[in-house]
Amino acid sequence: MKTIMELRADLDNKKVTSEELFKEANKKAHEYQDEYNSFVTIIDEYKKNESDSLINGIPYSLKDNISTKGILTTSSSNILKDYIPVYDATVYKKLKNAGAVLVGKTVLDELAMGGTGTTANTGIVKNPWDKTRQIGGSSAGSAASVALGITPFSIASDTGDSIRKPAAFGGVVGFKPTYGRISRYGLFAFASSLDHVGCLTRCVEDCAIVTDILKGKDERDMTSLPDDGVKYHDMLKNDIKGKKLFYIKEITDKELYKDASEETKKVLDKFKETIDKCKELGFIVEEVSIDEKLLKAIYPSYMTISCAEATSNNSNLTGIIFGPRGEGNTINDIMFDARTKGFSELIKRRFILGSYILLKENQERLFKNAQRLRRIIVNKMNDLFKEYDAMILPTSGGVAPKFDSDIDRMSDRYLILENHMAIGNFGGYPSITIPNGFVDDMPIGINITGPQFMDGEVLNIAYKIEEHLGFKGLGKE
Amino acid sequence: MYKLTIGLEVHCEVKTNSKNFSSARNEYSDNPNTNVDTVDIGLPGILPVVNKEAFRKSLKMALALNCKTPDVVMFDRKNYYYPDLPKGYQITQMEKPVGVDGYVMINVDDKDIKVGIHDIHLEEDTASMEHNDGYSLIDYNRAGVPLLETVTTPSIHSANEAIAFLEILKGIFLYTDVSEARTELGQMRVDVNVNIRDEFDNNLTPRVEMKNINSFNNVKLAIESEEKRQIDLIEQGRANEVVQETRRFDEEKLETLSMRSKVDAVDYKYYIEPNIPPIKIDDEWINAIKKEIPMLQYDRINIYINEYGLSRYDATVIVKEKSISDYFEETIKLGCNPKSSANWVTGMILGYINKNELKIDDIYLTPKMLVELIEMVDKGEISSKQSKQVFTKCLEEGMEPKKIVKKLGLTQITDDKVIRDIVVKVLDEHPDLIIDHKKGKNTFDFFVGQVMKATRGQANPGITANIIREEIDKR
Repeated sequence: MKTIMELRADLDNKKVTSEELFKEANKKAHEYQDEYNSFVTIIDEYKKNESDSLINGIPYSLKDNISTKGILTTSSSNILKDYIPVYDATVYKKLKNAGAVLVGKTVLDELAMGGTGTTANTGIVKNPWDKTRQIGGSSAGSAASVALGITPFSIASDTGDSIRKPAAFGGVVGFKPTYGRISRYGLFAFASSLDHVGCLTRCVEDCAIVTDILKGKDERDMTSLPDDGVKYHDMLKNDIKGKKLFYIKEITDKELYKDASEETKKVLDKFKETIDKCKELGFIVEEVSIDEKLLKAIYPSYMTISCAEATSNNSNLTGIIFGPRGEGNTINDIMFDARTKGFSELIKRRFILGSYILLKENQERLFKNAQRLRRIIVNKMNDLFKEYDAMILPTSGGVAPKFDSDIDRMSDRYLILENHMAIGNFGGYPSITIPNGFVDDMPIGINITGPQFMDGEVLNIAYKIEEHLGFKGLGKE
Repeated sequence: MYKLTIGLEVHCEVKTNSKNFSSARNEYSDNPNTNVDTVDIGLPGILPVVNKEAFRKSLKMALALNCKTPDVVMFDRKNYYYPDLPKGYQITQMEKPVGVDGYVMINVDDKDIKVGIHDIHLEEDTASMEHNDGYSLIDYNRAGVPLLETVTTPSIHSANEAIAFLEILKGIFLYTDVSEARTELGQMRVDVNVNIRDEFDNNLTPRVEMKNINSFNNVKLAIESEEKRQIDLIEQGRANEVVQETRRFDEEKLETLSMRSKVDAVDYKYYIEPNIPPIKIDDEWINAIKKEIPMLQYDRINIYINEYGLSRYDATVIVKEKSISDYFEETIKLGCNPKSSANWVTGMILGYINKNELKIDDIYLTPKMLVELIEMVDKGEISSKQSKQVFTKCLEEGMEPKKIVKKLGLTQITDDKVIRDIVVKVLDEHPDLIIDHKKGKNTFDFFVGQVMKATRGQANPGITANIIREEIDKR
């Protein structure tokens, strides 16, 4: 599978037509569907607008929690299983205007909550590198669609690590820009203060191209940022000599993982090798120590805030105006029935947690404290970003887990290693995952996160590292 | 001593073109479900966008209520499930509303009373529902209409004070053009909190809430019936039977009925609305808005009474509508005597516009014309009776009073010599009646009538009478 720029060249040289690209993508989508289950909806009709953008005529997929007028959008939940939106999300509108061609709507963990790709109402999504393994989530179908080479890019959402984790497990690139850089209008809200729209691609350059098209102020999203007036694509090749990176000792120090699996040790070794390669490139890389207590607070704070916001954000799903109508004699019974049948157990658990967290008597202790922790973590990061251009870390303590594996990575140490990417959502930081080679024949990733608004700089750093590591255009075809 | 203690929560819809957080039209009396946007029905993925006009007007109202405005205004979510609330949460303001800690002056029985404003906040209205036998209908036209909630402190101590406050509040909404505040359309709805305290402000009963009362008269009746209920229970030694609860005022039975007790009160799980960034309020903005606030009723009444010498009654009548009050003030600016102007405004003009259901700005008679009309009477150019004729003609024919006077030949004859000549002539023609007069018979009116006939009613009646007397005495 080629990258956007390679396909661009083919299109411009008339080696292939846009319609041919679409048909090929559509054919692959159907072929792989039974095996991997990437899509909720596969589009069979070729439809595109004229444009002179770099993605004109390029096929892509869209996570099924992004509103597409006239096209089923289910958020992989039974409560929206027949929901056909009446309006377009801003990102979808921009993609259409740029001439990109939609191939399908991708499967996600139900309502974007979850990181396994196993909780969609239409079934589990499998990892293209090994069908006995998860691809990760929640943007499971998007990652699979790119990793399988069905589409060169996919647009998805990231609330904790929902783009960046499956990108790592699928051996592709996943990027979420600064909070507000891309409009959220039309993205089905999970946790509004943490939700980002971003992209999965075959290479860093493609992330820059797509983000250049999607970014900008949207009058329909008050949290969207004014256009920063630069093209990230033009910044990729900037000189990075002397740029400063840091990694966190408490997450990456092998000494702390004495009882860890061989797999984890290999991941950490691989990370160290990459740090050395970064130094070869001219980066200054330093180890930084952060209070472990603070790092341990990331996951519970994230769960507390996201469950609380999710409870409220999904209160519109009652089956009254849209969605399957519940049964019952009173309004409450009708809504209760619709929600009981419409959500899986996992979702209900999150909603109950969220409600509990928001109760008056619990807010101070749970919700407000989680927000305070978020603030402390962000302050710490902002301080570090005064000195460093970006943070670099392994995306996870291992490769994509097996479906039947008992997840044994539940100690505090692993809780940090597996969940630190939520820092990017806490601070609204630009954050990108790129492939970092293989462990046991499965892809692993590294994550690079920079200060707010420095999207171009983060992409520039990632581009240079990608170039040096040589995993550009990875992917299982 | 029982001290009735009342706090009010007044919801009032803000006059804007579009809704508070969407671009749908703010016209909820249109055909049901015709002014509805994706945001109003809470479709997945929607985001609120604050209506600048609604926000500006809510700041204006906060300032008119002498509230402190924060440096930063924020919105919060109030979470609950009901079909009239499509998103499952209402966007409102808790932490940083547009105004806090204000006050309003009212006057009851000639006493000035300060009613404290706890806060005023901007939120969105819910859909309207119609419950029928076996089914309910929902109209989302009203969902998302900007709504301002004004919350008083418990500083009101009688039903009359409550009504006076509501009248003044309504007046402020109208004067500032923030709302049309029409209670009959449900644009202004009142929640009333009532309890009884002793003279040291100790609570004798807990606070009882009555929600969504739609007319001021019902507010009065609800307060009175709840006051009576609570005091009766205290006197019977059953004060503990008054519980903190929400009660409903039954308009037919004229009593309040229990709806739900505090025990099953809803926890609204308020938290900050993450989709609306904090809105900074700077002094420049505040000052610009302050300049738009006209002088309000309470101050106008005081000026009318203390400086213009009007009665409180007349002053109150004049300020009821800003356009009328402005009209009145315009005549004063043009040098008119305030009392004469007030007589005309509260008498002939209000009578005419009420009868014809007009606005004062719609009538042909401008303040300048009214001043001219009054001057003609004061100078004796026309009689007061004639002035009323001129007034009616002016409005009916759309012609300036001066031109009407000319056209109808109404100008009075005040010239002594002209009138005296006519009087002498009339007396000369009726020597017998002069004798009758001297004998005590009333023939005086006859002479006046003859002079009027000869002058087609234009002779000044006062001057005419004096001259007739003088001339009779000479004979």
